Amino acid sequence: MIKDQYDLVIVGGGPGGSMAALHAAKNGISVCLLEKTRDIGYPVRCGEAMGETAIGQFFKPKNTWIAARIKKCRIIAPNGTELNIPFKKEKGYVLNRRIFDYDLSLMASEAGAEIYTKSYVKSIEKKNDTYNLNFDYLGQPKMIKSRIIIGADGVDSRVGRWAGIKTQVKMKDMESCIQYSVGNVDIDKNQMDMYVGRIHAPGGYLWVFPKGDGFANIGIGVSGKYSKEKSAKRYLDEFIEKKYSAATIHTTMCGGVPCAKPLSRPIADSLMLVGDAAHFVNPLTGGGIAGAMKSGMFAGKIASEAIKADDTTERFLQKYINLCNKDFASRHNKIYRVKETIQKFTDDEMNHIADKVTQIPADKITLGKVFTTAVLKKPSMIIDVMRMFAGF
Amino acid sequence: MIDVRENACDFCGACISVCPPDCIEVRESSIKIDNDICIDCDLCVYICPIEVLSS
Repeated sequence: MIKDQYDLVIVGGGPGGSMAALHAAKNGISVCLLEKTRDIGYPVRCGEAMGETAIGQFFKPKNTWIAARIKKCRIIAPNGTELNIPFKKEKGYVLNRRIFDYDLSLMASEAGAEIYTKSYVKSIEKKNDTYNLNFDYLGQPKMIKSRIIIGADGVDSRVGRWAGIKTQVKMKDMESCIQYSVGNVDIDKNQMDMYVGRIHAPGGYLWVFPKGDGFANIGIGVSGKYSKEKSAKRYLDEFIEKKYSAATIHTTMCGGVPCAKPLSRPIADSLMLVGDAAHFVNPLTGGGIAGAMKSGMFAGKIASEAIKADDTTERFLQKYINLCNKDFASRHNKIYRVKETIQKFTDDEMNHIADKVTQIPADKITLGKVFTTAVLKKPSMIIDVMRMFAGF
Repeated sequence: MIDVRENACDFCGACISVCPPDCIEVRESSIKIDNDICIDCDLCVYICPIEVLSS
């Protein structure tokens, strides 16, 4: 049963929350995770793609997590020109997030974390060096105390705002997303498609990610800068009608992806934000699973260190920011600049780049080459692309 | 004043993250907008992927 007090309460049971719970519990502190929905892993609000290295740094992936293995990527320019890019070293996966997220929560639970679903956190109040969390559990109001809170409550995080952290996302950096999980599509089960340009998805892209056996995730992200004129759903419906009119739609899911710069200070006294709540998303791809897992892992470890050191001040939690910056957040800042440049390309410029890239011999094409070609078009991108690939 | 077609909403929370005064509450299967705090900026209307909100 839910106790009155914990060392750490985590709000949100996605991969970020579960990783935080796992690593905090492993290090011996008392952990409670509160998830507002009934099921961990559902509803899925994600394209579900993740790189082999990204997942491999945490776990050897189980077969049940993997719906499809990606060996190549096709980028489709506004005029329909296709760039076929084989993945040489790095392979990719399309995950079954329902199973993946659930398994992560089981690991956390096995490590000693308590997990309660149907728990909606309504407010938090700081009392000296302890937080009171007011929440509804199965519709009943409850209150628990915690020495530290980790906000893993996603793009719609309110935990951060309640703690005085500015988490509002600018419209231009917010991707308005919708995805259908579909069946009856004739696609290559090892290939992912990304349609770019304003005609397909202004300020974002449209994806077709295979899930095996004729199933796929077909989704779109449109920047909030453009979604006023035409909603993401309208773009996606037009695309499906044109390209995959025989597709059967099984699930419709929506969401927002913060393709922004990572928050520079996702902490306060006794509080840390992880994952989408901290805008730890690759601003170019919108991929957020790895950033959520990494930041969750770091936050869980630092939370346990803070409890053991009896120091939960913002100053102590700075260690968490340092770990994130070193691992991925500084890189995300650089990728953000590349994204801004790419978003300025007109469809004509994108077509021009695509036509140039198609002149590269097929066996020589890499994602790096695509960027290099783009750079020739926009020399100002050189520095940013170099920084991105060199990782400095 | 924002109108919500609650039975069409997916409760994804995209609107929450762009709302300047933080006046939207989304639970597992409910959405509430506090019109006393709302500043009628309509950003939530524009970001909603499925046009559930209107002003």
